[in-house]
Amino acid sequence: MEYEAFRQFADSWGLLYLVIVFLGVIVMVFLPGAKEKAQNAANIPLRDDTPLDGGPE
Amino acid sequence: MRNIGGTLVVGLGTFIAVLLAAFAQDNAFRLHMSVVALVLGLATIYMLRQIKFGPAPVEDKSGYMDGPIRVGSILTMFWGIIGFTVGVLIASQMAWPQLNLEPFLTFGRVRPLHTSAVVFAFGGTALITTSMYVVQRTSRARLFGGNLAWFVMWGYQLFIVMAATGYLLGITQSREYAEPEWYVDIWLTIVWVAYLVLFMGTLMKRKEPHIYVANWFYLAFIVTIAMLHIVNNLAMPVSFLGSKSYSLFAGVQDALTQWWYGHNAVGFFLTAGFLGMMYYFLPKQAERPVYSYRLSIIHFWALIFLYIWAGPHHLLYTALPDWAQTLGMVFSIMLWMPSWGGMINGLMTLSGAWDKMRSDPIIRMMVISVAFYGMSTFEGPVMAIKAVNGLSHYTDWTIGHVHSGALGWVGMISFGALYFMVPRLWNRSGLYSQRMVNWHFWLATLGIVIYASVMWVSGITQGLMWREYDAQGFLVYSFAETVAAMKPYYIIRVLGGSLYLIGGLIMAYNLTMTILGHRRDERPIPGNVAANVQPAE
Amino acid sequence: MGLLEKHGVIERNASFLLIGSLLVVSIGGIVEIAPLFYLENTIEKVEGMRPYTPLELAGRDIYIREGCYTCHSQMIRPFRDEVERFGQYSLAAESMYDHPFQWGSKRTGPDLARVGDRYSNAWHVQHLKDPRSVVPESVMPSYGFLAEATLETDLTSNSLRANAMVGVPYSEEMIDNALADLMAQADPELDSSGLLSRYDNVRIEDYDGNSRELTEMDALIAYLQMLGTLVDFSTYEPEANYR
Repeated sequence: MEYEAFRQFADSWGLLYLVIVFLGVIVMVFLPGAKEKAQNAANIPLRDDTPLDGGPE
Repeated sequence: MRNIGGTLVVGLGTFIAVLLAAFAQDNAFRLHMSVVALVLGLATIYMLRQIKFGPAPVEDKSGYMDGPIRVGSILTMFWGIIGFTVGVLIASQMAWPQLNLEPFLTFGRVRPLHTSAVVFAFGGTALITTSMYVVQRTSRARLFGGNLAWFVMWGYQLFIVMAATGYLLGITQSREYAEPEWYVDIWLTIVWVAYLVLFMGTLMKRKEPHIYVANWFYLAFIVTIAMLHIVNNLAMPVSFLGSKSYSLFAGVQDALTQWWYGHNAVGFFLTAGFLGMMYYFLPKQAERPVYSYRLSIIHFWALIFLYIWAGPHHLLYTALPDWAQTLGMVFSIMLWMPSWGGMINGLMTLSGAWDKMRSDPIIRMMVISVAFYGMSTFEGPVMAIKAVNGLSHYTDWTIGHVHSGALGWVGMISFGALYFMVPRLWNRSGLYSQRMVNWHFWLATLGIVIYASVMWVSGITQGLMWREYDAQGFLVYSFAETVAAMKPYYIIRVLGGSLYLIGGLIMAYNLTMTILGHRRDERPIPGNVAANVQPAE
Repeated sequence: MGLLEKHGVIERNASFLLIGSLLVVSIGGIVEIAPLFYLENTIEKVEGMRPYTPLELAGRDIYIREGCYTCHSQMIRPFRDEVERFGQYSLAAESMYDHPFQWGSKRTGPDLARVGDRYSNAWHVQHLKDPRSVVPESVMPSYGFLAEATLETDLTSNSLRANAMVGVPYSEEMIDNALADLMAQADPELDSSGLLSRYDNVRIEDYDGNSRELTEMDALIAYLQMLGTLVDFSTYEPEANYR
């Protein structure tokens, strides 16, 4: 059964893979050093009030 | 505008529409194409009158391109009023069926008009407009592609007009939130690809090294809607000069494809897109960065991954195979976590500035919007539990749930964004009236609370009446009796919807006066510093 | 820090962000929807399902056009009250020729999956013209105009052909005779041997009681009277089809 094999793969290795990716995103986001970058990025909207500094299209 | 090329294109479009009407194979298509020809013809005449010969004034192309955004803000307001009005109409039709005027204004034809007017006309125009505003300012770059932005804005409006007039003429695929027929779908695909190019192009030429998280949500919204729209609308036209088509899929496969689309229209159109709005306008109005930028990244990936699986919860206990139902239920429940992560992130942005809740009605509007987001993303997973869904499915509870999300979350965050953008787009020193924003806030909130609670009660009543047995084991109520029992709730719902509509009308008046450059002579709200939109730097 | 650098690339590169999101959102659809097409037990084995006759199909098009699905479901769930109220719970097989499906999502009015043969044609005509004259509590709009509207038949065989192209087993013979079959089903005076040879289990009646012309009312009622009547449940084994 092709489907059974697919299903078994999905609920074992597939599940593990997704959990690892998810944990990876969390770890990455909370690594030391990420905080500074994140704060910088978070301030992007607050710095944009000055008009564009010219230049061609 | 002295856009000769654009005028020619619209004129050519008019001609094609006339040809299509002339050679139409069925009456509905003939009527529909005549409507399109009329709309495009009027647009052509208008554009021709705008053309002036002689030396063109030099257009300033160095700053942000705000023309389409101004038009989009007005259109968002306009479609909001239309959508809410049609909503009040169909709510009234359910209370007083005599209001159904056959053949064009029956509930079955007007209901898609209401859902599309609110979701796609009001919500869609709000998303396109705000995304153009946000992507320029967070990328510090002008919109990509010259007049492409105008094409996206007006092309999308043509889609809305075709969809809306089609429904009243009875042209529908009967796929909820994807009712427009095949040729309208093709047009939307063209516009949507242009929109993706516009958005990506602007991101590519940005001067800011980092792509701000609001743009991630907008981008996920654009690309996912493209995927969903194309797959869900695959169909075989009966005639290439006719309005009717038959879906490529049938029965159970068609049902899951449709609800995969339908649920993710909620997930990516009404959630991801509007989260993009929240992540920009809430920090701007509060004048502080989002509470946790890192949480917003987790929010993003978790949300887009989980949402796409949740579609089968619309088909619990149907003929859909059990494994798919279970998958849908499990992912729907998991979805609660990222949703609340996003809600907490939005609300906590105000930590240390909670006093603004008292003094700034726009902040209050945005906060209640996020609160409604939290509420409906809690209610959603609950309703996706099979045992609960057994009761709630097919009842008004679903309708109430949708409206706490649509009126509460989507509506309120869009109003907040409009109140923020309009004075800035027209270079006004502030809104016409802050107190009217306050009125809008309370009318809308009261309207939603009435609407959602009354539908909750009617839905549960309905569900319980359907399954009530007497001591002898007979069903207690006939179906007709359960319909009759709904009448008081339907009347109260009309009241709730009307309050929301009145709030919308107040906003329209307030914003119009702002655009016209007036300032209402009123007592300032104590502590309100946001009234003046240009803070000294 | 390698991982961090990698996410930095995504955060800075719009194309990666685009492709990354597209990959993430594709997974759910592929895993959930794709198997429905090749798993054999998705659709039960039943006796009696046949493609809709041209008149029923025309009626179904009207059902779709008027947005009946906004208030009526066609999906009876396997609950005691639903089965007692509306009949045998619905099978996937019963909508196998439905392009698109009409399961609905809201029951402002009753489920219609098995409304066929429940009421007389005259009841349906009266109910569609003036719903509250037969069901006082009803909030349904009236559809009297259907009785006046002549049924458009120019594209009848094209409709069958379009359905055949998306997988409904209409034969060439059915497509070629579509218009004749459509006429024959609504007029008992006409020769119906061709229609009966091509479709099993067909009701041949003047549905709207008006023999002068073929109306949209005829088509809609023909469709409603067929709903839920095709599958032969005396030969159906639920256990064999457990999914």
